[in-house]
Amino acid sequence: MTLLAVERIKLFSTRSPWWCMLLAVGLTVGLGAIFALNWGGPMPVMGTVVVYNFGLYVVMVMAALAVTTEYRFGTIKATFQAVPDRISPMIAKAVVVMLLSGVVGLVAAFGSWGLSRVIADDSSGLALDSAADWRHLVGVGLVFAMGALLALGVGAMVRHTAGAVSIILVYALVVESLVGLIPNIGDDIQKWLPFLMAQKFILGDPDTGGIPAGEGPPVVGDLSPWGSFGYFAAIALAIYVISLVVVKRRDA
Amino acid sequence: MIEAVGLTKRYGKTVAVDNLSFTVAPGRVTGFLGPNGAGKSTTMRMILGLDRPTAGQVLIDGKPYARLDRPLRTVGALLDAKWVHPNRSARAHLQWLAKSNGLPDRRVDEVLDMVGLTKVAKRRAGGFSLGMSQRLGIAGALLGDPKVLLFDEPVNGLDPEGILWIRQFMQGLAAEGRTVLVSSHLLSEMALTAQDLVVIGRGKLISQSSTTEFVERSTENTVRVRSPHADKLGAMLVDKGFTVREDSDGSLTVSGALSDEIGDIAAGSGVVLHELSPQRGSLEQAFMQLTGDSVEYHAELAETGK
Repeated sequence: MTLLAVERIKLFSTRSPWWCMLLAVGLTVGLGAIFALNWGGPMPVMGTVVVYNFGLYVVMVMAALAVTTEYRFGTIKATFQAVPDRISPMIAKAVVVMLLSGVVGLVAAFGSWGLSRVIADDSSGLALDSAADWRHLVGVGLVFAMGALLALGVGAMVRHTAGAVSIILVYALVVESLVGLIPNIGDDIQKWLPFLMAQKFILGDPDTGGIPAGEGPPVVGDLSPWGSFGYFAAIALAIYVISLVVVKRRDA
Repeated sequence: MIEAVGLTKRYGKTVAVDNLSFTVAPGRVTGFLGPNGAGKSTTMRMILGLDRPTAGQVLIDGKPYARLDRPLRTVGALLDAKWVHPNRSARAHLQWLAKSNGLPDRRVDEVLDMVGLTKVAKRRAGGFSLGMSQRLGIAGALLGDPKVLLFDEPVNGLDPEGILWIRQFMQGLAAEGRTVLVSSHLLSEMALTAQDLVVIGRGKLISQSSTTEFVERSTENTVRVRSPHADKLGAMLVDKGFTVREDSDGSLTVSGALSDEIGDIAAGSGVVLHELSPQRGSLEQAFMQLTGDSVEYHAELAETGK
């Protein structure tokens, strides 16, 4: 428990996490509002979080920074001097960053949904009256938390802020969408890529009521929404565990 | 008490620390001396469990660092004063360190007071001068009231006032019975600060002894003599088997003899002496002679200086 407090002090005693959290919520809610204002017909719950991924990228940058700045400024040495087993402070960091990211995700999703109820032309579809509706919103929190874990793992392995952030953003923004362009096998690979799976979890299988058939956002993958989330979480956890092994073996 | 046994660190083909064994005793300031690149910092990182030795081990009070329970209470270290997040306040920096080892919040105020940073505790550490950063680093090392303290080149870049403060501070810590290991590449600084010296070059142990012993053993002692009968005295001293050099101002420099012996010889033959003074060779010269072969990056000056 004390180590959780340590990581909390570290995170909140610098400014960048505050800015990242504000930006993540602001982007998701702000872009959600633009969608709400321009939505033709009754807006479904899923529609309030179609832009969740902008917030996700910011949250992942925050998570990567939580560890790369420690390497950048040498405080990782003080951390390992204080707790030489190295694993427990890294786990504490993961718990704090995931909790925070999860809360940011929930605030962003419910904030966007709440605002949409007020400003959408037709908010009759925005009642939370099915499991799928709840999944669209709560899912944002879960995906933000697991995305943060993945980013933390990448950050701990790469150690440099610029390197870690470019890897995460280039992969999530560019690589996953470009893979689909590979002839013949592209689509088959693409439907197993983690961020597209996370998208299926949040946006996939919406209630049919609010959306005309074939009009929903494109989602890929053969797994159910919750299966997709399990897959995304497993990949994030695997990357994080590998980073723990690397951190334990490497000279600090 | 710090004990290194056969400590070795290799980076690929480069051997940074080579089969190094030494002990650091409590109650004294021990200087860890060597030219730049000799492996001092690497050794200190291995003592703290930050770098993994390729071979050998180092024990603190009989245990490897990783086995210490809440290690900041046993070992305090300042390896680099700039290892602080620049946007975090001095107080927040010490706060998380204290928290990690279950130290009370009031201890943070105590150490801030000890190093004289109470007034700037809420300012961001990135805006600190080198001297202030150094004090913050020392405050961090003292947090757990540890028995063992390590400082890596603590006076580098400090003004004379800061150097004096650190020197006295370290001597005070040793006087309280703590084990204090201070690295430096300056023998003259260590001669003033440390009672014991561990000297290394190219990762190998060159000597471990008390500072006085090291200085006496490694500097050439000569006696300067001025006399109106310099020629006569010189001849007599040469007869006794001493080496005598006549300097341009007519004085003699005698090596291999104590001033007492020269005085006795002069009195015995009625030679008048105007000056009889023991001279001590420069510490830098002695250090260069000892470590000259083990300096990693030779400069032209070092070559001609030998």
